Amino acid sequence: MAKELKLMKGNQAIAEAAIRMGCDGYFGYPITPQSEVLEHLMAERPYLTTGMVVLQAESELASINMVYAGASTGKRVMTSSSSPGFSLMQEGLSYIAGAELPALCVNVVRGGPGLGTIQPSQSDYFQTTKGGGHGDYRLITLAPASVQEMYDFVELGFDLAFKYRNPAAILSDGVIGQVMEKVMVDDYKPRWTNEYIEEHCPWAATGHRAGGKSTIVTSLELEALKQEAINERIQAKYRKCEEEDARHEAIQCDDAEYLFVAYGSAARICMKAMELARAEGIKVGLVRPITLWPFPTKAVAEIGGRMKKILSVEMNAGQMIEDVKLAVNCNVPVEHYGRYGGVIPTPVEIFEALKKMVK
Amino acid sequence: MTREDIIKPENLVYKRTSVLKDATMHYCPGCGHGTVHRIIAEVIEEMGIQDNVVGISPVGCSVLAYNYFDVDFVEAAHGRAPACASAIKRLRPETFVFSYQGDGDLASIGCAEVMHACNRGENITMIFINNGIYGMTGGQMAPTTLEGMETVTCPYGRDPEIMGHTMRLTEALAQLPGTYYVTRQAVYTPALARKCKKAIRQAFENQKLNKGVSFVEVTSNCNSGWKMTAVQANKWMEENTLKYFPLGDMKVNGKFDPKFIERIATFDQPNETLYSLRKK
Amino acid sequence: MTEEIIIAGFGGQGVLSMGKILAYAGIMQDKEVSWLPSYGPEMRGGTSNVTVILSDERICSPYLNQFDTAIILNQQSMDKFESSVKPGGLLIYDPNGITHHPTRKDINIYQVAAADKASELGISKLFNMIVLGGFLKVKPLVTPEMLHKGLEKSLPERHHHLIPKNEEAVEIGKGLLKPYHTL
Repeated sequence: MAKELKLMKGNQAIAEAAIRMGCDGYFGYPITPQSEVLEHLMAERPYLTTGMVVLQAESELASINMVYAGASTGKRVMTSSSSPGFSLMQEGLSYIAGAELPALCVNVVRGGPGLGTIQPSQSDYFQTTKGGGHGDYRLITLAPASVQEMYDFVELGFDLAFKYRNPAAILSDGVIGQVMEKVMVDDYKPRWTNEYIEEHCPWAATGHRAGGKSTIVTSLELEALKQEAINERIQAKYRKCEEEDARHEAIQCDDAEYLFVAYGSAARICMKAMELARAEGIKVGLVRPITLWPFPTKAVAEIGGRMKKILSVEMNAGQMIEDVKLAVNCNVPVEHYGRYGGVIPTPVEIFEALKKMVK
Repeated sequence: MTREDIIKPENLVYKRTSVLKDATMHYCPGCGHGTVHRIIAEVIEEMGIQDNVVGISPVGCSVLAYNYFDVDFVEAAHGRAPACASAIKRLRPETFVFSYQGDGDLASIGCAEVMHACNRGENITMIFINNGIYGMTGGQMAPTTLEGMETVTCPYGRDPEIMGHTMRLTEALAQLPGTYYVTRQAVYTPALARKCKKAIRQAFENQKLNKGVSFVEVTSNCNSGWKMTAVQANKWMEENTLKYFPLGDMKVNGKFDPKFIERIATFDQPNETLYSLRKK
Repeated sequence: MTEEIIIAGFGGQGVLSMGKILAYAGIMQDKEVSWLPSYGPEMRGGTSNVTVILSDERICSPYLNQFDTAIILNQQSMDKFESSVKPGGLLIYDPNGITHHPTRKDINIYQVAAADKASELGISKLFNMIVLGGFLKVKPLVTPEMLHKGLEKSLPERHHHLIPKNEEAVEIGKGLLKPYHTL
């Protein structure tokens, strides 16, 4: 079967992409609004076709540790959850980063704090981009703004995770998870063979003592000087990632005097607000960060530097605005507009906020 | 006999298995960990699976187990070894997988993971070292600490009304349909160590059958945590621990041992051992 | 062309599946589509709504607060969404169970008495298709051929023998459409 056009929910696209790109295992626990990932996988039963393992774990703690262990053996494994469940996974993510393992985790964000609501939100920006768990580590964070990107970022996420041997996250929200859109799906790719893994992942504990020496996967190093050296190696990877893999999309920025910076579903709503604004003669553009970490600092500095004012539009109380301000070094005024707790800002509201800022 | 005579190969009576690295273990003298490590390593060597096995080490005294075994190892987060082992076995069903945990790791923080791995009937071997205390962190109360027993977090003795009851988790696991072999062993005498080796060998062999979890609890002392000499600790264990945690098979080939059925019928009765400890 | 539609009613009325069939038909007609449901406890027997967008261009926001068309199937949804129809837009509703009829004068309003008709014909499961017929009569966004293909795509194969019945219901809906207030 070649490429095929499908109508899918964002959550289903995650699952479908995992099967088709040759993912080896998914371990997850139900939580709204992302349960369709596990549901779709269980309905498709890839264990009968591609051999992909799918397991409903007893908790998010178990899921993320299954991912940790699966990744330890060089397999391409992933999990998905929503905010409260993702919080439970932070310890595991820190271990995965500390043991320098590649893995993919998806957070379909809902409003918090606490049990919060099940409605869409972007209030986990800080948690995802600034660490979340303990220790000096980062998650490579992709922010899809469409169902197609939900699909595409699964393979991209694994590619980046393996490039840097670091966990990657897809930071989505209830809108992108629940909305159905057209998706062009790829042909099925085979999973990696054990031989391929032995050849390309010498760090993996495959059970076979590759090279006649036993492989140990651990994040423990009790000697501070050695632990510092590990940290230096990890930080060097992060600098390289910032240099090579920051991504963004710029929309109608060439003639713009004002700029929206927004990601994910907020960016989509901003596009509608741009239509309204441009119809009234306000020249506004949009920079949509695609990687939230590494943040597209250079692009925001370069494009944002030309603007009169910048509005950071987020479904939270103001989190990404800090990275926007750092990017333009506070040379351009940056304001925030946001709704939170599961409320989605409307295009009209954002347009009004823009008008207020322009005045 | 001269030194030269002694080191002749034909006079060799014992040597370190090649599955153990030439490293000095950090365990306290008299602790059961070293013995169980050796047993597992010998079983791996005898089965010829050194190049097809992954071990999972816990958080606790045996956190550094991977420094002693010359096989591939994954170090798990506290309590999560059964989840790790489940994932690895499912992703690599051809590989022998074993988890190695203490009682704080397995019965306290990792209670959910061990229960569910056993309930799913994962085709893995679980080794559970039960010494009734948190050794590495300095002798705090564990779920398996006997009632009345003193630790640094129950310095007046474990009071079940405040601190809960001594947990017989292995007995609970035996009742899950996902477990195929469940046994409690000890290693404080040569005869018991030989018996324990048979059990661990069985627990590894069972992975070839794909019938579910094979679970071996090894009751051990923690002489430093218990603040006794090794000899005193073994005697205390025999007189107290083993009364509440008696040795023997609970489930073999997926069937309950008859003695186990008799024993669980008495679980609603007051336990004399605990009663006497509490009175003190 | 961009058409922004809200379909709202009770859970169980087939609100989501009506939207899905429309979206599939749109895809068959080479349009960009977006289908965003309300979700969560709302789905469990309470109110249910879905935003469907069909467009010839890249769709901006899947989440909207103003619509070209509102298809309203209960009183709560009338109360919530009557005001969100853009001036000059379209409101279609089933008068069954409606006590406060729409009052706007700046939009086109039609009734489709689908619930009564469906129970009269004993085809209550096809209620939503009757409503869809009413909508397509006013705004023929998708051709009958594309609707047929959309039904094929959105229904599981074991239900494909029901497609003709669905199409009949759409035709019934077209016949039921009654202007309530037109510009």
